[in-house]
Amino acid sequence: MRVSELNSAVDSYKINQASLKAEADSKTYFGFWVYLMTDCVLFASLFATFAVLHANTFNGPSAHSLFSLPYALAETLILLTSSFTCGLAILAAQNKAKRLVLFWLLITFLLGLAFLVLEFREFANFVNQGDSWRRSGFLSSYFTLVATHGLHITIGLLWIGTMMFQVLKKGLNRITVRQLTLMSLFWHFLDLIWIFIFSVVYLISGGLNI
Amino acid sequence: MSTKRKILIIALPVLVVIGLLIVFLSQHNVPVLTPAGTIAAQERNLFVFALILAAFVVIPVYSLTILIALKYRESNKKARYEPNWDHSRVLETIWWGIPMAIIAVLSVVTWTSSHALDPYKPIASVHSTINVEVVSLDWKWLFIYPNQSVASVNQLAIPVNHPVHFYITSDTVMNSFWIPSLGGQIYAMPGMMTQLNLEASKLGSYYGSSANISGKGFAGMHFEALSLNYQAFSSWLHKLSQSRLSLNIANYKKLARPSEYNPVAYYKDPADNLFSDIINQYMTGAKL
Amino acid sequence: MYLANLFGRFSGGNVFPTSLVTAAAAIGVVILIIAILLLITLTRRWTWLWREWLTTTNHKKIGVMYLIVAILMLLRGASDAAMMRLQQATSVGSSHGFMSASMFQQVASAHGTIMIFFAAMGLMFGLINLVLPLQIGARDVAFPFMNATSFWLFAAGALLINVSLGLGDFSAAGWLAYPPLSELKYSPTTGVDYWIWSLQIAGIGSLMSGINFITTILKERARGMSLMKMPLFSWSVLGAMVLVAFAFPILTVTLALLALDRTLGTHFFTAGGGGNAMMYVNLIWAWGHPEVYILVLPAFGIFSEVVSTFSSKSLFGYKSMVWAIMAIVVLSYGVWLHHFFTMGAGANVNAVFGIATMLIAIPTGVKIFNWLFTMYRGRIRFTSPMIWFMGFIFLFTMGGVAGVLMAVPAIDFQLHNSLFLVAHFHTMIVSGVLFGYFAGITYWFPKVFGFRLNDKLGKYAAYLWIIGFVVAFGPLYILGLMGATRRLDHYSAATGWHLLFVTAGIGGAIIACGIAVQFVQVIYSIIKRDETKDITGDPWNGRTLEWSTASPPPFYNFAVLPVVRSRDAFWDMKHRKDLPESEIVALHLPKNTPAGLFIAVFAFIFGFSMIWHLWVLAPIGLIGIILTVLIRTTSGEHEEIVSVKTINQIEASMTSWKDYARE
Repeated sequence: MRVSELNSAVDSYKINQASLKAEADSKTYFGFWVYLMTDCVLFASLFATFAVLHANTFNGPSAHSLFSLPYALAETLILLTSSFTCGLAILAAQNKAKRLVLFWLLITFLLGLAFLVLEFREFANFVNQGDSWRRSGFLSSYFTLVATHGLHITIGLLWIGTMMFQVLKKGLNRITVRQLTLMSLFWHFLDLIWIFIFSVVYLISGGLNI
Repeated sequence: MSTKRKILIIALPVLVVIGLLIVFLSQHNVPVLTPAGTIAAQERNLFVFALILAAFVVIPVYSLTILIALKYRESNKKARYEPNWDHSRVLETIWWGIPMAIIAVLSVVTWTSSHALDPYKPIASVHSTINVEVVSLDWKWLFIYPNQSVASVNQLAIPVNHPVHFYITSDTVMNSFWIPSLGGQIYAMPGMMTQLNLEASKLGSYYGSSANISGKGFAGMHFEALSLNYQAFSSWLHKLSQSRLSLNIANYKKLARPSEYNPVAYYKDPADNLFSDIINQYMTGAKL
Repeated sequence: MYLANLFGRFSGGNVFPTSLVTAAAAIGVVILIIAILLLITLTRRWTWLWREWLTTTNHKKIGVMYLIVAILMLLRGASDAAMMRLQQATSVGSSHGFMSASMFQQVASAHGTIMIFFAAMGLMFGLINLVLPLQIGARDVAFPFMNATSFWLFAAGALLINVSLGLGDFSAAGWLAYPPLSELKYSPTTGVDYWIWSLQIAGIGSLMSGINFITTILKERARGMSLMKMPLFSWSVLGAMVLVAFAFPILTVTLALLALDRTLGTHFFTAGGGGNAMMYVNLIWAWGHPEVYILVLPAFGIFSEVVSTFSSKSLFGYKSMVWAIMAIVVLSYGVWLHHFFTMGAGANVNAVFGIATMLIAIPTGVKIFNWLFTMYRGRIRFTSPMIWFMGFIFLFTMGGVAGVLMAVPAIDFQLHNSLFLVAHFHTMIVSGVLFGYFAGITYWFPKVFGFRLNDKLGKYAAYLWIIGFVVAFGPLYILGLMGATRRLDHYSAATGWHLLFVTAGIGGAIIACGIAVQFVQVIYSIIKRDETKDITGDPWNGRTLEWSTASPPPFYNFAVLPVVRSRDAFWDMKHRKDLPESEIVALHLPKNTPAGLFIAVFAFIFGFSMIWHLWVLAPIGLIGIILTVLIRTTSGEHEEIVSVKTINQIEASMTSWKDYARE
């Protein structure tokens, strides 16, 4: 085999590998979008449950008497900000700025954690008042819907944590950037779900008692 | 084997089965097909009508299948073979069209019959309507006659040709109240009230049961539905009013305890608002 | 107190079965498992088993494992059915049969649950795994590791449901466990929890499979295979998997809410406390009705392949068929309420759902006519898959009519929850789903194992099944019209039902003979495998890409990925003698990994702990799952390179149609 032939063979191999990798990325993104859609259906079912049960207070407290809008608004703002900082992390990743990525990831993580703490405190408050998920169908559906979102946030935090660890160790290669992108999709998705929770649970069902 | 013999081998057992079926059906009571109530009769007619309509699809499908399978079998080299003939706009329009036409007809029937035979719709009649409150318990049926102030367990009596309005709930899990000779069923659910309107057109004793699994004693949860003339019905009510037991709260609670294959029992003087109190337990947590 | 917490429900007694039949079954299963483990140890097959099967990510091996588990579960479900037939044939009047009421109800609930979730779903995922990547000209599914995980979760669920034979009891609340009966107050034992957790674990596996196959079909098709050139089986799988992706999350939620009611005291579906049991019925059928189409669509796809291949003719009305699938997918979400017209929703609602239900009959009818006209002007070879198809056409049409009848709410009031309903859905599922998968297994068996199944025995089995089915379920239609309801462990002699129940029992026995013949068929075919060896890779004169590679295919499926020019891609290649000549290049293929198996083991531990309230063990299962996922996703390369030399060696050892086309 002549050198030129060999070179072109090597080139075509490289092109082949590059297109294979692009294909692998594209199917991972696609699969993840399909997953997010199934998660959407999952939350839709929980929203439907809440819609059916929100008036079934069984002589217990109603949404109106229970929720404090400013508190929920604080949670919302924190989560929205975390979505923004998560976007900044992705922007930094595209610019190959590793330390900046780590910084924004850390901020996102802390904001997520703060959200979770606030949510936990709200739950603890209700339970201490005797208004736990056992009290009524309404409270069962409230706790389950919000806690399922909280569970997703917990998984998200775990993911952010491992991403920070991976970026620290491996730098910004194709795989870590891909995982970062997926993670940010997940995080934005959770933000979107929260907007719905805020609107349906706290605003509409809570009756705008500012 | 010749084709004729093959056809015979398939056709013979089919004929034998149809013969046996006719003999069986003529000797047994098939309540859904031989109704004893006005609602059941209309439902049966609807059943037969839909079946005939379906025959317009079934008969072509069955005959086409047999004809095509026989003619285009591999061993028949005389048959035309066109391996690439795979679409025909005309044919496909036909078999999108025929089912659509049939379903269109059936849709109209469905719409009108759903309203005409709505179980909640009272039956218009010159005769007075009897109200019966039905409670499904573990594992028996309680029938309360609020206007006559009597109650019975696992035996229902109604006057023939009188509309009967059933108000139905459950003081246990979900059941389904069904007397096939008289008409369709409806669920009995705790904390909720469903309704059913029936009317017997023949005298007799009919089988009623729960059509929805409700636990250990479910199979024994059947009852007798008596269709009586008005006089016999009155004396049946009188018999109940002479019962030693009255259905006060204490006796009701005793009755509501789980029991299997419960015998028929009669009660007088059911507690006031017993039926709605049973429902309210589940709505507000109020105790009986 | 502390000890009681540690052992959960084990400290409460009632752990081991009290019934002789259950105990015998449990002991039988344990002996079987010990025997298998012993056999593996004695033949020193552990490393082989680990390397070739337990850690595999290859879709063909995963497919075979699905089939094995599904067939075992089919046998379990069939034994349950046999027990029910025996009980109903004998438990009349003063006799109360050989089972107690609660045991009968457990057997009935187990039968439905196992047949749908583990037999039918397993056969379906098995066949999809075996065939789909080959048919679309791919080397594997989009996410092979996730695929393995799906399978192992399915297997863990299957194991968990069978543990209920020996430890605790099973749900007696019917296969869909309607509350309030399935709530803690009315079902206080472990039964319903077994039902919840085995389905939850298997269901999450199914959901992952759905995501995986949607991505595979949309992203991994061979060059040139546009969607409208995709074989009908692949289309039907795409339809079914879209349904999975939309329906299974609802099941996940429903099961979770019931579990919360039972373990944490919430009030979603309780009677009282502000719960709403009707919501459960709505939710479970919002999953349950699409589920029926999830099972039947791939079977329709199989029939499309079988009819076209054995008529040696291209499929009639391909575009109609595709549109029919899409119509069914969309419509199947709008009909769930027809499962409970008797709940009192009101005439308008009932009528709307009734009409929506009937609409599904239109695309289904179109499919039947298209199959018939595929046979028209063909050269039909009546092999055993075609016998299954003929049985399907006759029975399914009949069952479909029964379905349309029940779609009219006013008729349904008289048939709901009667044995007429039972007969109807068994007609649809046995003839539509089971016969379809049997046809598929026979059809693709040579592709997977390299030899054909004995056709004569296959036909006998099909005849026995069809006749047995008519004898077993014909009487149930009549019994329903006589007012016999489902799930009765006893009835009085005055009902006049006895003779028909005995007849149904005889039908069951005929079906059992059919199953026995199927086993003889497999064993006989294995013994005589040299006579039916498939050396061309194309035993039926096939039309689609899976027949273009060797039987069994190499682990990479295709040394050179095929290029598709027309709908019947392989038929076209054969007729144009179009031999792919492009160069073989080194391949990147996924490595084996035990991670999927580990995840399933931890999921099993978690599910088992939740059932038995072992609050110390449950977190261990959960943390195990999380750690396995973390380690897997953060660890290095998951692919290995297969060199050109290796591929050439493998290719030289195999034969396919190309080797014969060249001559």
